Amino acid sequence: MAHESQAAALGSLQQVAGDFAADKQAFTVPWGKAMMWIFLLSDTFIFTCFLTSYMNVRISTVSGWPNPSEVFALHLFGQDIPLILIAIMTFVLITSSGTMALAVNYGYRRHKANTVKLLVATAVLGATFVGMQAFEWTKLIMEGVRPWGNPWGAPQFGSSFFMITGFHGCHVTAGVIYLLITAKRVASGFYDKKGTYETVEVAGLYWHFVDLVWVFIFAFFYLW
Amino acid sequence: MSEAKEGQQHPLTIYLWIWLLLFVLSTFSYLVDYFHLQGMLRWTLIIVFMLLKAGFIVAIFMHMAWERLALKLAILVPPLCLLILIGFMAIEGDYTFITRGTAFLR
Repeated sequence: MAHESQAAALGSLQQVAGDFAADKQAFTVPWGKAMMWIFLLSDTFIFTCFLTSYMNVRISTVSGWPNPSEVFALHLFGQDIPLILIAIMTFVLITSSGTMALAVNYGYRRHKANTVKLLVATAVLGATFVGMQAFEWTKLIMEGVRPWGNPWGAPQFGSSFFMITGFHGCHVTAGVIYLLITAKRVASGFYDKKGTYETVEVAGLYWHFVDLVWVFIFAFFYLW
Repeated sequence: MSEAKEGQQHPLTIYLWIWLLLFVLSTFSYLVDYFHLQGMLRWTLIIVFMLLKAGFIVAIFMHMAWERLALKLAILVPPLCLLILIGFMAIEGDYTFITRGTAFLR
């Protein structure tokens, strides 16, 4: 591949034209992967709508927005550490993304034992994340946060929080189930019979997307 | 192009490096809050770390960097129209804020 970069760019554009114009399959990936990407595209729109509505209510509210740094602080070792639970949740999710990437890699190498172990590890980390989120919800509800109000300021804080993190938590929960089913199928030799481990990569796409959404929630809801 | 091999197969070291990088970037974004950085510096750092993390996840972990351009365009271009939604809603939010200020806070 020692073309000039301009020629390469033109070449790939011709490739696009060829892929879409010809009377044939447009995406040269397994159909499951193309469908997963299109589903993730639709999910991107859903989460962006949530985050955009959150932006809108936060801009338009006349009462002050509660400070997330203080709201999500935990009292540990005799002092309040800001946002610490959310930071730990972020690291848990990133760790799970790493184990997922390795699971996909070992799947393609036909290393079944490692693939199953890494998939289960990913699911366990995902379940840990959901557990911590349940703890966070419980703590906030005990402190009086409701979808229609809270003790610290703008009432829209609660509805945005429950809507966004709740929808993300549902995605993680569904992902844990999805990964466990995939792990079971790897263990039982389902993909050996099928002759391909691409399904593991498709499950990986979903899982990385869940992590991706969290990156945006972390930045816009918790850090902003 | 290694079309002979099945699917997306890349050396393990790439994943391990990106994994480490994501940890570092997450730590940085947490430190932005921990050290109470404020104003433009805060927003800039948050956005930069966020985009870097998102970029590495999509490009490497989700293998987008190695896909054909047709798939890249089909998936990555449509979300750009969301920027228009975000812009409109920001203007709308400002308008609502001003209206509330003049109507209710006199």
